[in-house]
Amino acid sequence: MSSKMDTRNTKVMNRFDVTSRLIAKLKHEEAVIGGIGNTNFDLWAAGHRPQNFYMLGSMGLAFPIALGVALAQPDRRVFALEGDGSLLMQLGALSTIAALKPKNLVMIVMDNGIYQITGAQPTPAAGVADLVAIALGSGLANSTWAVDEKDFERLVDEAMSADGPSLIALRIDDKPGVGTTRRDPVQIRERFMHGLGVREPL
Amino acid sequence: MAIAEQQTSSQAEHVPGDKSWHSIVLQTLKRNEISLIPYVPDRVLTPLIKGLHADPFFTTFATAREEEAVGIVSGAWMGGRRGAVLMQTSGFATLANTLASLAVPYQIPLIMIVSERGTLGEFNYGQSLVCRTMRPVLDSLALEHHTITRLDELEFIADRSIKQAVTTQAPVALILNPLLTGGKVFDK
Repeated sequence: MSSKMDTRNTKVMNRFDVTSRLIAKLKHEEAVIGGIGNTNFDLWAAGHRPQNFYMLGSMGLAFPIALGVALAQPDRRVFALEGDGSLLMQLGALSTIAALKPKNLVMIVMDNGIYQITGAQPTPAAGVADLVAIALGSGLANSTWAVDEKDFERLVDEAMSADGPSLIALRIDDKPGVGTTRRDPVQIRERFMHGLGVREPL
Repeated sequence: MAIAEQQTSSQAEHVPGDKSWHSIVLQTLKRNEISLIPYVPDRVLTPLIKGLHADPFFTTFATAREEEAVGIVSGAWMGGRRGAVLMQTSGFATLANTLASLAVPYQIPLIMIVSERGTLGEFNYGQSLVCRTMRPVLDSLALEHHTITRLDELEFIADRSIKQAVTTQAPVALILNPLLTGGKVFDK
């Protein structure tokens, strides 16, 4: 992180901890899309829910997939967990979401400045780019850094009733994900569709 | 020629009985309850895109990349709403990773409508090379694809392909050839 970004008054948090705090707040079968890698490992470890979708590839598509769910089910809140490296791969999606203004979409960016799962190499943004500033510049007016865990919980509460898309970014440490998602894509999708009430189990 | 007339006819009007290629595609999407249409633009697709925007049945919008559009319709399918992605050949070329890691393994009926550049009068060498990568990618993933050249076959191929994609939960690519659409011509 550059000296300028170090001056940002944001605590470095832990991904599994904040993911668990988010899940604890979900009382209405909200959908959660876990991005590729550690964000969905920690989503799994925080306790499997049928409304969770776990990506196995397609880096950068957590927000677009969540947007699709949000457009299909406008009465359900949809959360997406994305890493900083993944977001960099699909920055254009921020403008698409800003243009469509889905009221029920909440984007959470876990920023540790590294491609953790591939060997912890720094991303090109590390120390030079501010992802919240990029989101704001993309037209997502309701974008902010969470200062600490309490602030994160407050922002999630606010996002639950916001009338437009919200983006919450957190600085996180470099601890690996706690669990490992099972890797059966058809089972993941089918369970998710059951969880969203789109299908009945056989 | 019929094709030339289609190209110059009123582009955004889709009145009943309209037998232009773009009107047939629009009506076929509608009949199959495909209402979410993200696209990355293409000159040849312009009358279809205008028609979709003009019809409130559809939620039609531009995305920054084709991958994004595939993610959106995949999420929508899982949430119970059907969609299709419109793109050009060069956009399809960006999709190998997304097809192989999302649409195919998760068994999502991704409907892709691809305007074919790179053939029959292509004037841009880059476009013609990109076009040659498309069918090998589709074949390597064993993806269903059809190249539509004739107006009289369009509705049958599009309608049956969409129904097959949905019922077999498999992606399909409908490739709109210049013989159908008139393609893009060198005009500078």
